[in-house]
Amino acid sequence: MLIFDHSSKGRGATAQFGPPMEPASDLPAEHLRSSPAGLPEVSELQVVRHFTNLSRRNFSIDTQFYPLGSCTMKYNPRGAHRAASQPGFLNRHPLAPEAQSQGFLACLWELQEYLKDVTGMKAVSLTPMAGAQGEFAGVAMIRAYHQRNGDDGRTEILIPDAAHGTNPATAVMCGFKVREVPVTREGDVDINALRAAVGPQTAGLMMTNPSTCGVFERRIQEIAGVVHEAGGLLYYDGANLNAILGQVKPGDMGFDVLHMNLHKTFATPHGGGGPGSGPVGVGQRLIDFLPTPVVGREPGPRFRWLDEQDIPHTIGRLSAFMGNAGILLRAYAYARLLGRDGMYRVGRYATLNANYMARQLEKKGFTLAYPDRRATHEFIITLAKENRELGVSAMDFAKRLLDYGFHAPTTYFPLLIPECLLIEPTETECREEIDRFIEAMGAILEEARTDPDLVRGSPYTMPVKRLDDVKAARDLDLALIDPRPAP
Amino acid sequence: MAEYPDDLRFLASHEWARLEEDGLVTVGISDFAQEELGDVVFVELPELDAELAARSEAGVVESVKAASDIYAPVSGTVVAINEALEDAPETVNDSPYDDGWFFRISPTDPAELDGLLSAEDYRRHCEEESH
Repeated sequence: MLIFDHSSKGRGATAQFGPPMEPASDLPAEHLRSSPAGLPEVSELQVVRHFTNLSRRNFSIDTQFYPLGSCTMKYNPRGAHRAASQPGFLNRHPLAPEAQSQGFLACLWELQEYLKDVTGMKAVSLTPMAGAQGEFAGVAMIRAYHQRNGDDGRTEILIPDAAHGTNPATAVMCGFKVREVPVTREGDVDINALRAAVGPQTAGLMMTNPSTCGVFERRIQEIAGVVHEAGGLLYYDGANLNAILGQVKPGDMGFDVLHMNLHKTFATPHGGGGPGSGPVGVGQRLIDFLPTPVVGREPGPRFRWLDEQDIPHTIGRLSAFMGNAGILLRAYAYARLLGRDGMYRVGRYATLNANYMARQLEKKGFTLAYPDRRATHEFIITLAKENRELGVSAMDFAKRLLDYGFHAPTTYFPLLIPECLLIEPTETECREEIDRFIEAMGAILEEARTDPDLVRGSPYTMPVKRLDDVKAARDLDLALIDPRPAP
Repeated sequence: MAEYPDDLRFLASHEWARLEEDGLVTVGISDFAQEELGDVVFVELPELDAELAARSEAGVVESVKAASDIYAPVSGTVVAINEALEDAPETVNDSPYDDGWFFRISPTDPAELDGLLSAEDYRRHCEEESH
């Protein structure tokens, strides 16, 4: 039910009205509306009830375990939220002069330094507003670098076929052609195929490490050597940074540029809960191309915005102001809450939880996609056998998990693995919760064997049952039509 | 079980090609591919008169599970596209080798077909892939 369906003419939440305002006198008459705005007319209690009831239908990290692989749905600590919600931050105008923004700027400068430190890069710009924009900024810098060197023949970006779909999309957005590099059965990049693919046309290679196969790329330094020898640059997609946080640095692996998803690795809200944040980090070769603004520190110390004057070859601005400032402050507070020691523990526990869960599920009878490899922060099981023999698919398992009170893992990704679930427990779940999930998976496997229709018909406890996702995709209908008669 | 008609040639990336009597090559995706994809919800076809190189991207097929590129099995010019798929993408599931064809190419060199997989080799490739 929409809030509009509760509407009744003349009703209102008068206790929420501010003091009466003078009608705007300086707006030209043709810009004033002649009929009232099409807003729902409801009481305060109706509003509270409507949205409280909607929120109770949410599956969220605050209510349920959310092992959505590749998304790092870790807990968003309230302390970080509280720190970023202090009035001095909330009420600062984005155009406030630097002299009145020193505290804010100091926080961002320190965040830049922390991110440099954990990634092993030489400089960081916080301004990209989300992961996709960070990717765009990173590949745009690769392009600007080759152009500045007069190296115009570099038209191709290499991408392993296990990559996130955003990687080829980014390369194409930046004007490159995409060439796929195959991945071996063990989940590593096929180094011989890579050698055959590089050449004077190679602008760079985009990689996620650990990859979307949930394994660490063991020959990364050799890969970096092959790409660098051919004159290309290496792009690190930070989607899986949580696995290696505090353990190994992309800069040390040979990457020239990366983006981080602070909304994953640095625990800021996402998945509908908040805007993303995708800072970029660069090695020496790309410092001159960073997107502006960047925060600089001068003796005093005094902090100031660095703009086009300071970074003349910058690829430019990506947003009107400074990225998603409130999210950056939450990430900063998260980093401070963890401290250096805590940062080291993130990757360790994320990896331990994933490996424990992978082995326990194997004991329950599930098939791991890469049984001989140690999992990183996430791992893949394939239900191809169950689908073939029992007629119960990965999607059926995912839907049945909802009835057991768990958000489903990522389904049917990566595309290389048939009937797969990509499972990422993160470091913020306790042993009991992880065991509960393992037990639920075991119970569903038993159901699939004894009563497959039960699993195929799930979920039974949700506000909506199995959706017709085929119809939804074929007959797209996204417009909200105001249900009320025209005035 | 998926079908692998003997008169077709295949790419490992799951396209089929059929040399017609008029010398044109019809292209679609295999029965195995449509089964793996599940319900097809969208098909993007190449433009008429487009010049395609063998193994170059020629279109996209999208299901509720995944979006996949379609590659041209042979080089040539696109002379016909199956516009009916735009309104009825489910035809790809119902009839992958007949009504669900994607496009027709006037091939630059019909001998390129000989370099593609036979039905038997392709069947073996699929069985390996699904294990």
